[in-house]
Amino acid sequence: MASKVVYSHRDPMLKKRDDFEDMLEERRTGSDLRYALRCYTPALYKGLTPCKASELKNMVLQSDQLHYVINQVSKETGTPTDEIQAEAAAILEEMAHRLQLSTIRFFAFTLSKIFKTLFRSICVNEEGIQRLQQAIQEHPVVLLPSHRSYMDFLLMSYILYTYDLALPVIAAGMDFMGMKIVGEMLRMSGAFFIRRSFGGDKLYWAVFSEYVKIMLKNGFAPVEFFLEGTRSRTAKSLTPKLGLLNIVMDPFLKGEVFDVSLVPVSISYERTLEEALYARELLGVPKPKESTSGLFKARKILSEDYGSIHVYFGQPVSARSLAEGKVKRSQFNLIPRHIPRKPTEEIQDFVNDSAYRLVRAQEESMVLKPWVLLASLLLQNQAAGSKQGMSLRELTEQAVWVRDLSRQFGAFLHWPDHIPPSKVVSSSLSLHQGLVRISEGRVQLALDQAGGRVEPGLPQPAITPEDALLSQAVVILSCASYRNQALHVFIRPALLASAIHSASVNEKQEIFNTFSFLRNVFSDEFILCPGAEVQDFEEACYLLVKCGALQIHQQTILVTDRGQRTLAFLTSILDPFVQGYQMVCRFLCEATEGLTDKLFIPAARKFIIKHLLTGRLKYAEVLSSDLQKNALAALLRLGAVQKLRGRGGPAALKVNKVMVNSLEDTLGGKLPTQKPLVARL
Amino acid sequence: MASNSSSSRHQTARHRLSIIAGHLQRPADSDAALLAVDCKAQANKPNVSAGDRSEGRTVPRKRQEIMKWNGWGYSDSRFLFNKKGQAEFTGKRYRLSGMIIPGLKDWMESTFGANLQHKTQATPALNSSAVQPPTLNEVFVEELKSTGIPFSHEAEDRVFRGHGHCLHEIFALREGKIGRVPDMVVWPSCHNDVVKIVELACKHNVCLIPYGGGTSVSSALECPPEETRSIVSLDTSQMNRILWIDEKNLTAHVESGIVGQDLERLLNESGYCTGHEPDSMEFSSLGGWVATRASGMKKNIYGNIEDLVVHIKMVTPRGVIEKSCQGPRMSTGPDIHHFILGSEGTLGVVTEVTIKIRPIPEYQKYGSVVFPSFEQGVACLREVARQRCAPASIRLMDNEQFKFGHALKPQVSSIFTSFLDGLKKFYITKFKGFDPNRLCVATLLFEGDREKVLQHEKQVYDIAAKFGGLAAGEDNGQRGYMLTFVIAYLRDLGMDYYVIGESFETSVPWDRVLDICRNVKARIVQECKDKGVQFPPLSTCRVTQTYDAGACVYFYFAFNYRGLSDPVHVYEQVEHAAREEILANGGSLSHHHGVGKLRKEWMRETVSSVGMGMLKSVKDYVDPNNIFGNRNLL
Repeated sequence: MASKVVYSHRDPMLKKRDDFEDMLEERRTGSDLRYALRCYTPALYKGLTPCKASELKNMVLQSDQLHYVINQVSKETGTPTDEIQAEAAAILEEMAHRLQLSTIRFFAFTLSKIFKTLFRSICVNEEGIQRLQQAIQEHPVVLLPSHRSYMDFLLMSYILYTYDLALPVIAAGMDFMGMKIVGEMLRMSGAFFIRRSFGGDKLYWAVFSEYVKIMLKNGFAPVEFFLEGTRSRTAKSLTPKLGLLNIVMDPFLKGEVFDVSLVPVSISYERTLEEALYARELLGVPKPKESTSGLFKARKILSEDYGSIHVYFGQPVSARSLAEGKVKRSQFNLIPRHIPRKPTEEIQDFVNDSAYRLVRAQEESMVLKPWVLLASLLLQNQAAGSKQGMSLRELTEQAVWVRDLSRQFGAFLHWPDHIPPSKVVSSSLSLHQGLVRISEGRVQLALDQAGGRVEPGLPQPAITPEDALLSQAVVILSCASYRNQALHVFIRPALLASAIHSASVNEKQEIFNTFSFLRNVFSDEFILCPGAEVQDFEEACYLLVKCGALQIHQQTILVTDRGQRTLAFLTSILDPFVQGYQMVCRFLCEATEGLTDKLFIPAARKFIIKHLLTGRLKYAEVLSSDLQKNALAALLRLGAVQKLRGRGGPAALKVNKVMVNSLEDTLGGKLPTQKPLVARL
Repeated sequence: MASNSSSSRHQTARHRLSIIAGHLQRPADSDAALLAVDCKAQANKPNVSAGDRSEGRTVPRKRQEIMKWNGWGYSDSRFLFNKKGQAEFTGKRYRLSGMIIPGLKDWMESTFGANLQHKTQATPALNSSAVQPPTLNEVFVEELKSTGIPFSHEAEDRVFRGHGHCLHEIFALREGKIGRVPDMVVWPSCHNDVVKIVELACKHNVCLIPYGGGTSVSSALECPPEETRSIVSLDTSQMNRILWIDEKNLTAHVESGIVGQDLERLLNESGYCTGHEPDSMEFSSLGGWVATRASGMKKNIYGNIEDLVVHIKMVTPRGVIEKSCQGPRMSTGPDIHHFILGSEGTLGVVTEVTIKIRPIPEYQKYGSVVFPSFEQGVACLREVARQRCAPASIRLMDNEQFKFGHALKPQVSSIFTSFLDGLKKFYITKFKGFDPNRLCVATLLFEGDREKVLQHEKQVYDIAAKFGGLAAGEDNGQRGYMLTFVIAYLRDLGMDYYVIGESFETSVPWDRVLDICRNVKARIVQECKDKGVQFPPLSTCRVTQTYDAGACVYFYFAFNYRGLSDPVHVYEQVEHAAREEILANGGSLSHHHGVGKLRKEWMRETVSSVGMGMLKSVKDYVDPNNIFGNRNLL
């Protein structure tokens, strides 16, 4: 366990990060048309065999891999191979991109216009661009941007076009295809579409994986996809999806390319376009189906100020170096490589581990704005039951304190140091007028006017207490989505702080046990690399000792006097999640028979609303369906709940009430962390 | 059959000889220093004149008289830069001998960043005091003396037999560093001498290390430093007679110490050949081929060593192992020959071999094809193999090696030839649109009846044309094969100018050929960079053999080591990484170089634990006291 060196244990404050350049600056002075029509000559992969997008399809259809699967399916189903071949061609037709420069030029022109009205700046680290340019020439490249907005992939292509880099092909969800013209436009700008689920469809999987691999191996273009699989509605990084990562690792593992460069890209929005949309979605108002007309309705967005975007192109990570010592590549020696095989456990572990490392790399290069810290403080203040909010002075003082703490923890914080803190705070607040209210020098979350100001198009504030609660929750969840951006900075120390708090002894081993317990429970909620509890514990200890909050001796951990404030802050960061999980546990314990996974979210929501209204629960953010899903996933993983597959119908949830109950009590610190449980985790 | 027209046979023999001489050009008087020693225990009267000891043999007991002690090959043949700064190959033995090679200097400078000003001098002569005094087993020596078998414990003889031609071995010699070497050298002159030596060794617990041609590149000849017993090098070089030729069955019975060029020459005189031509054939011996599972350039017609041997006699501590008949194939359990083939001197000494022979082919023709890219070249070779129409030899060089071959072109004498060359280049690069930085060349060698050769040639060129190949003439082909013999000399020149390098090989299924070539070459470049090599390395490969199910790939790798404190260590790390890469890409541990001690660490994963156990149990039975203690293989 401890032998796996996942992170270098150096001071996070010393992390070297590149400077940013605003790429919109030039756009504001130069002609957009000339920019869209300028000469575009990107540096290409040195091993490139030039081919057109249409030729790719033929290569896929003629590949050994596909032939093998077609024959296999034909044998299994009795369908003649030419029919299956035609089916494969149809799948490919539906999937394939038709990347062409003219469409990119069109987007370059329109996006320049749009971006200039929406954003103050789009900041890009140019050193990262240079590294990427090098990487593209050396090896096939996979671009892995974080996913917080629909904008992400257009923005990526826009940046690559601007810097004269090879345009990527992008794996996009099929839902875009519903938007008639836009879908086709996206296709022509390099998007290829994959179905959201195709579980057992061998043929679909074969066509899809071969299509991606051929583009990658030939160096046709950088392949871009979202490790998180979907947009994160909460702004926390999502547990990585492994399907596509498996596919792009495969050519390297099988020796078909020397190496693959994986480039994490962190895109941080000062204000997310979909802010309130996400909050509603999490609260159970279903998201509108993507449609072209819907996109035009979104035009009103154009009148608002969304601050700036920071795009950080991380250090390219070599697949080869990731695999060094972890994967025995000779395992592919004895079976022809075109025969599909289920990845071995070794490879699954490797891909999973790599995925976590890459997501963490994304997290670490996310730029945090001062507002992120303010949102954390305001949420804590609100949950503490304060009715009048905080005075500006108080807020500023606390913000400066958290700023320093987060910097010590290695946060990539963009806090303009040359401006007095009070100015920084007030200008941050003004960008998020929809979420905060300032009156008589006091700041608080804009709960009473929720709904009205944020989304003028949506129904007016409702009358029932339940509706009032929900519209408050919209503001709270929006706010939480900003606080969440900073969670990756605090999560390890916060887990330790909570462990110290609930272990209520200062014995190191005991604290570690509680820490591992918490870490394990929350490993669907936060990005915590599997099997790295010792490293995480050491990292947390290191950070808290460094900021003077803890003293660690051979056997004991002691909280210093000045550490009380830090620990209190950290504990309350985690508290909504702890209480949320407890709430889900209680719900499951009290749930009637016949609960299915389909019913789980609405039923849990109802249960939680009840508790919020009676005041037994103070965190409205527990209403987030994301948290509820994650809690359920954790309980399933721990074996406290079982999914019983029904025939055709929804899966029934079988709750082990004793175990769920004891988990709830352990989370609440009522029960000590059970040794056997920890041992099993 | 072959004897019905001896005059035509002599003609073909003469033709054949002139071809071999083309490669080897032996001076007529080189045998002056040789002493003929008759075997005192001659059992069979050889019925062919080949047994005549007055006939010259290449290898004398004192190898140092004609060969370099710290480099490759003959003392009189070497590359050097003359006063004008032009490269030149000295001596008279090879076609290239005495010629100026104008392109070599530029190539070395541009490829390695080498500089004629930066020269390293090798220790000129062996300093005997650097050699540890021999640990002699007195009783053994006494009893050996009484048999009359010649032996020596002079430093020069011992040092010569303590190494093969791995880079680290030669590098150490050039620096005058001598490690553990054999304590004495014995020269048996027949099978019975070997029986006596092995018996004595067993009796007195002396470690024996068989020595054939000394061309090992697997550290197989290195003496295990932990060996405390007296180490005796058993040099088979004086067991070099053809004992008989059986024209009815087309076999020859030969003593194992004969080196390739002598075997070929002597058989040629009778109108025959074995057709076994490993690149080292000037110096490597029949016994060595058997002990390492050697492969010859022309295996497509004649087969590899395992296909060529009909009967093997080996002396082991348990006694002599051999089959009772010379049937062409047997179903008698696992073939005991396969315990011997590839045993690398761990089980005993091969003393006599019955080997297949063939009449000298009537006609021989070189050829070459230029392909626009390596990928297409490999596709063509694959197709040739699929149609099972490979010529005697077909080799595909990558672009770097093509350029290298180009740099080794000797000075052209007439303006006309250079004009023609220019025209050819123009045709290929400008008219046909080949990219000079991507194109690659296949060299071909056809053998057989004139008519069949021409037919065969057409078939192969037709296939090549399908893959965009253009015939590029006989000269290019012939030069390619000539280079195989001089390339080993080139390493010594490199070492004079801070460039070290080596070749290594593997065999790999067809579908992985391109991948392994690309990945191993890239790995070498990357490792060099990571290990702090200051100049870009030469990392190149060629496909040298085709099989039904795969190919043999040869890699060349060299770099300029200026600025490195421990170049040999860096070199070894890179070579190690390259081997790991080969194994990860589905390549074998070795196609024909063998395992020795250099590649031992990968044996278990190569043959599985059970496989290792099998090999070990054979060793334990045959040689329980580890008399053959070179510690190769296992």
